[in-house]
Amino acid sequence: MTRTIFYGLGAALLWLMTATVSLAQSPIQDLLQTYEADLAKPSRKSIGTVIEGLIASGQPEIPELLTKWREKDVWQRKDDKLFFYGEKIDSKTYRLIDIATGEVVGELPKKELKQLKPNSGVRGVIATALVQFQLTDPDRATREAGLTAIERGPEASHLGALRASISPETDADLKARKVRLERLLTIPYDEDSATRVAAIESFSKDLGVDARAAINPLLTTTRKAAATLPENANIAAVLEPGDDLTRAEAYGLLVDAGLAPAQVPASAQKDALIANVENGQVAGVPVHQLDNDAARADAYAKLAAAGTVPPAVTETQIDEALAANVIFDVYAEPDNAVTDAAQEALKSIETRVFFNQMLDLGLDGLSLASIYFLAAIGLAITFGVMGVINMAHGEFIMMGAYTGYVVQQVIPDYTVSIIVAIPLAFAVTFAAGVAMERLVIRWLYNRPLETLLATFGISIALQQIAKNIFGTQARPLTSPGWLDGALVFNDVVSISYIRIAIFVLSLIFLCVLLFVLNKTRLGLETRAVTQNPRMAASMGINPDRVNMLTFGLGSGIAGIAGVAIGLYAKVTSELGADYIVQSFMTVVVGGVGNIWGTLLGATMIGFLQKGIEWLNPSNTLAAQTYMIIFIIIFIQFRPKGIIALKGRAAGD
Amino acid sequence: MQRSFFMRNPSVLIFIGLLALFTLLVTVFSEAFGVGVISTSLVKTLGKTLCLCLIAIAMDLVWGYCGILSLGHFAFFGLGGYMIGMWLMYERTKAIVVSSLAEAPLPPTADEIRDGIGTQIFGVVGGAEIPPIWFFADSLFAQLVLVVTIPGLLALIFGWLAFRSRVTGVYLSILTQAMTLALALYLFQNDSGLRGNNGLSGLQNLPGLDDVPQATISIWFLWASAFALGLGYLVAAWVVGGKFGSVVRGIRDDEARVRFLGYHVESYKLVVFTLTAIIAAIAGALYYPQAGIINPAEIAPIASIYLAVWVAIGGRGRLYGAVIGAAFVSLVSTWFTGGQAPDIPLGFYTIQWVDWWLVLLGLSFVLVTLLAPQGIGGLFDLFTNRKTPERGGADLGPDAGSLQEKEAEQ
Repeated sequence: MTRTIFYGLGAALLWLMTATVSLAQSPIQDLLQTYEADLAKPSRKSIGTVIEGLIASGQPEIPELLTKWREKDVWQRKDDKLFFYGEKIDSKTYRLIDIATGEVVGELPKKELKQLKPNSGVRGVIATALVQFQLTDPDRATREAGLTAIERGPEASHLGALRASISPETDADLKARKVRLERLLTIPYDEDSATRVAAIESFSKDLGVDARAAINPLLTTTRKAAATLPENANIAAVLEPGDDLTRAEAYGLLVDAGLAPAQVPASAQKDALIANVENGQVAGVPVHQLDNDAARADAYAKLAAAGTVPPAVTETQIDEALAANVIFDVYAEPDNAVTDAAQEALKSIETRVFFNQMLDLGLDGLSLASIYFLAAIGLAITFGVMGVINMAHGEFIMMGAYTGYVVQQVIPDYTVSIIVAIPLAFAVTFAAGVAMERLVIRWLYNRPLETLLATFGISIALQQIAKNIFGTQARPLTSPGWLDGALVFNDVVSISYIRIAIFVLSLIFLCVLLFVLNKTRLGLETRAVTQNPRMAASMGINPDRVNMLTFGLGSGIAGIAGVAIGLYAKVTSELGADYIVQSFMTVVVGGVGNIWGTLLGATMIGFLQKGIEWLNPSNTLAAQTYMIIFIIIFIQFRPKGIIALKGRAAGD
Repeated sequence: MQRSFFMRNPSVLIFIGLLALFTLLVTVFSEAFGVGVISTSLVKTLGKTLCLCLIAIAMDLVWGYCGILSLGHFAFFGLGGYMIGMWLMYERTKAIVVSSLAEAPLPPTADEIRDGIGTQIFGVVGGAEIPPIWFFADSLFAQLVLVVTIPGLLALIFGWLAFRSRVTGVYLSILTQAMTLALALYLFQNDSGLRGNNGLSGLQNLPGLDDVPQATISIWFLWASAFALGLGYLVAAWVVGGKFGSVVRGIRDDEARVRFLGYHVESYKLVVFTLTAIIAAIAGALYYPQAGIINPAEIAPIASIYLAVWVAIGGRGRLYGAVIGAAFVSLVSTWFTGGQAPDIPLGFYTIQWVDWWLVLLGLSFVLVTLLAPQGIGGLFDLFTNRKTPERGGADLGPDAGSLQEKEAEQ
């Protein structure tokens, strides 16, 4: 009794107080006092109406208030329940600021104040509400942030705010983004079917991942079973057991829908048999006879007949159940027009995506081709032009890459270090090549098979030495910052700058080599010595010197290729060995003795490998296998390569 | 008067005699049948070395006698190993599965056993189905037939394609290397049906012979390897000894000339290539049960190049040279890489042979190629007065025919 009176008194007092203060306060404070209880103790349920009410009032202070509220900067004075912005002075004292005027009201100890602490759910609701203010905010950065927030987590409630914000938008970029986002949100959230269809159709030529992400969910289906097709459902397809799905799957759906008795799985049958073993017999059948499925099924049937276990579902029962029911895929989206439009749009998008993927694949192939070309071009000189099989060519590539690594250890600036590393790698491998030519290959010009073996000996020695010096772990060769990133054409087609750089580098090599071989004295002498060393010697050319320089040139180019390859692959002692077989293939396929042939060979192998990888995307190993098999067969038809030298130049 | 085969090829009898003596000595000193001086692991190493000698003979036939530098014979070796490995692994797993299912309250059905085997073998590559290529895996006879037929067929098809388009010399070498690489890459895949890079393991355990200790099994395999090596040597000597051998050597020395004489060069090459592939496969089928494990890395092109290294160091163009090369290099290699060779302190740096052995091998290989093309086998010429007359200039190797440098230039 006393308690009731007490409550009644308290309520009256409260009403009196509110009434009194509200008379003296600003409109915003009045508004807040209307929702006092919900503000002080907000919940996910009630907060919606509170915020709607606040926004509907159209008070100018609302956005700031919501922001401060979310950041827990709104405080309530305990004695009169008024709300203020709070600023911390020290841990015990807070400065109160009036919400309407922004004037300092006074400083109060913390214990006389109560902080509004919205939980994360409430903060989310506040953030959503804030979006519409952000979208029309005079500050461009704020508008952009709001837009980005919607793009990350779109909600039905954003649609209205977004639409309202489009026409006042002044910035052309943002306006375009808003319009696009509005269409994206229209697809799932708009009420009107025709509007949605129009929005979907507007995306039918769009390659953006976001467009597909918006349309795809419309087409999600659930597989259901029923006695008859439901009338009002948006059905994607009716399925035929045996054709569209297996009988077992179909029956499983019937069981899940409660339309058929559950099957007793083989393992359960087996468990039942085991459970019913008596005196070495199951239902009169000796256990040792149960070593095949037929005998087990018989024994189980006997148990079922005795009523010990539930009977197994027979094949006829399954057939009957499947015949009596339909199985179908139904769209989650109930609107038929929308799903049709989505299907059309997606089909059109996929065609475009396919063409763009082809384009992207072409770029990939081109870049792989340039890598192969780079790895093989040195070989095109030593093997193609001079006819020397150099199995250590791969190790020269490796030496180039390690030179780049060592240079980066000394020169920390990546751009400078690359500029230094390229000529240095050329110098190092040029020297190595000349040394090898002088010491080994010179003695073996008449014995190509033994050149192969001797250079292989050098190759394993070099590889092991690299391993002893640099260890077995991969060393990084970091590319300069301006080579990071990729050139993006659209959401499907892009190519990284480093691959473009390698492509350009290989083009430069091609031009330089063509120039050296065709337009310079050294090139002329090289070709003369290659065709007929004795004749060349009698013309006053020193074949020894020319061979030495040509071999050095080929090796030096391998070194530069090593720097380039090291930039996008890790530098290990096996770096060169990974490329050697492909490099020889490139030269052989292209046609020996011709730089253009090497270019064609690399192009063919690069595109082919990418093509095979595209057909079988999970497996690059298989792609390489098929490619090598293809090359072996290709050589059957053009044993001398794509560009075969004819006549005397062929050297046979 | 036609002299007998052994009279014309005295090295065959000497070789087989030495091989028999070696086998006898190892048996006498082994743990299983003798005094136990030689450990089981050493017996296995010796048995494996005999298999390597056998494939070296195959390599010598195809390279030293026929002039085809094949860089793919280890692919056939590995395939032979895989074929026998499939049976060993399947049967052994089957025994394990059957014995574990025997404890179950119901006797297992055939399907349950098959599923059990599938899970045991292919669980490691995320599968349980037994792939179709294992169809014959439960039959020793069928797999033994496959040991010979699969590599033989591969060699036949590859050789036919390569020889008919007249791919010769270094191009052929690169092509064989590509074939090996393709096979290795294929086997590296998990869905190749041969357990990807895990390979086949546990091959040292013979199914049904769990009670026999490894010491005994290792001696059995040593005998089998020695027998195969002796037989292989005999076959190889017979092949290169007769008229066929003369044509083959003619092809090595001047292919065009032999063709003009009316011989069908491609067929001769194909026969030699396929025969050596089969010999290599048999060697592999004997090697891997002793090694215990086979994986695709064994087939990588580098292995075949090492094979060429052995034969070159031993001395190609003579069968015992190949055997000496393979035995010498592989045993020395085991000694160096096994960490038994003493380190050499240089004061500022200590040469550890585990790290530097490959460098030494590579460089000595260069030196042998440059300075002693006859290899170790050339030393025997000093004793047998078979030293070729001084014709001036260096040997030009198989490609330039039997001419020597100065003769070729005349």
